[in-house]
Amino acid sequence: MADDRLIIAGREFKSRLWVGTGKYKDFVETKKAIELSGADVVTVAVRRVNITDRSKENLLDYIDPKKYTILPNTAGCYTVEDAVRYSRLARAAGVSDLVKLEVLGDERTLFPDTAGLIEAAKILVKEGFIVLPYTNDDPIVAQKLVDVGCPAVMPLAAPIGSGLGIRNPYNLKIIMEMIKVPIIVDAGVGTASDAAFAMELGADAVLMNTAIAGAQDPLAMAEAMKYAVHAGRLAYKAGRIPRKLYATASSPIEGML
Amino acid sequence: MQNAIKIHVNGEERDWRSGATVSDLLTELDIKTERVAVELNLEILDRVAFGQRQIKDGDRVEIMSFIGGGSSSRGQHG
Repeated sequence: MADDRLIIAGREFKSRLWVGTGKYKDFVETKKAIELSGADVVTVAVRRVNITDRSKENLLDYIDPKKYTILPNTAGCYTVEDAVRYSRLARAAGVSDLVKLEVLGDERTLFPDTAGLIEAAKILVKEGFIVLPYTNDDPIVAQKLVDVGCPAVMPLAAPIGSGLGIRNPYNLKIIMEMIKVPIIVDAGVGTASDAAFAMELGADAVLMNTAIAGAQDPLAMAEAMKYAVHAGRLAYKAGRIPRKLYATASSPIEGML
Repeated sequence: MQNAIKIHVNGEERDWRSGATVSDLLTELDIKTERVAVELNLEILDRVAFGQRQIKDGDRVEIMSFIGGGSSSRGQHG
């Protein structure tokens, strides 16, 4: 798999597992988990600097932007205006032109507002952003996002943080077949088999946060996810056998008594 | 001459002095300029402008940076 590279907007990524940096106990655990996961893309959120307690350390003191691709997100944005504003702030903070675009439609499900998402993507692409949109498992919306200039699409597997796994493998499969840009399954993974399943379906990468950070042992889960994504990718490339209702003997009949 | 003014920094009212720049504010707050974005009255400033832009009475300054987060959350951590 030496030449099995993931390339998005001309950038090459070594790992097909991308990870978030939220919900960890502390920055030391965050750093260790990311190292064990083998991920080279890490998502971060954009928030106000704590000006009253300056003793607080900065996440990027632990996650070296020279070593990792920092992918700022617009988490928590419910309007096109907010998502665009946060994207611009992220870029101004000087990490890159990449943004994981989220425009949310509902607080309980955190499902995306896909109409707003497409509109925000359009604005940001025009401003030169590399927009990676967090979207529903809807092939038509995915295509519209590509049409406005997104170089990859990130459909959800299940609601963010739900751990429900791949709820609609058929829709994801259709997206992977129809859409001609890399597909990164984002959100909803609960355990290693979910990540492997996403990759077996043909995902180009998987992004997760809670599945690792929320595990009983986040470091062990980070490592499990690394192997799961790798195994799933290998299985996808290998090509699985077709499903059949009845048995097919794998030992020859010849030579039997 | 410098007069006492009031500004808002990250949503909190703060005493400040006229004539001082965004850079002066960051220095006083002990915030390193790399990896922060500054919004002055909804206008995102270019980093090179920090040293020139003076903050005026009633101005609203937002100083933003990166924190841990994966996907959406209403709270501090995504």
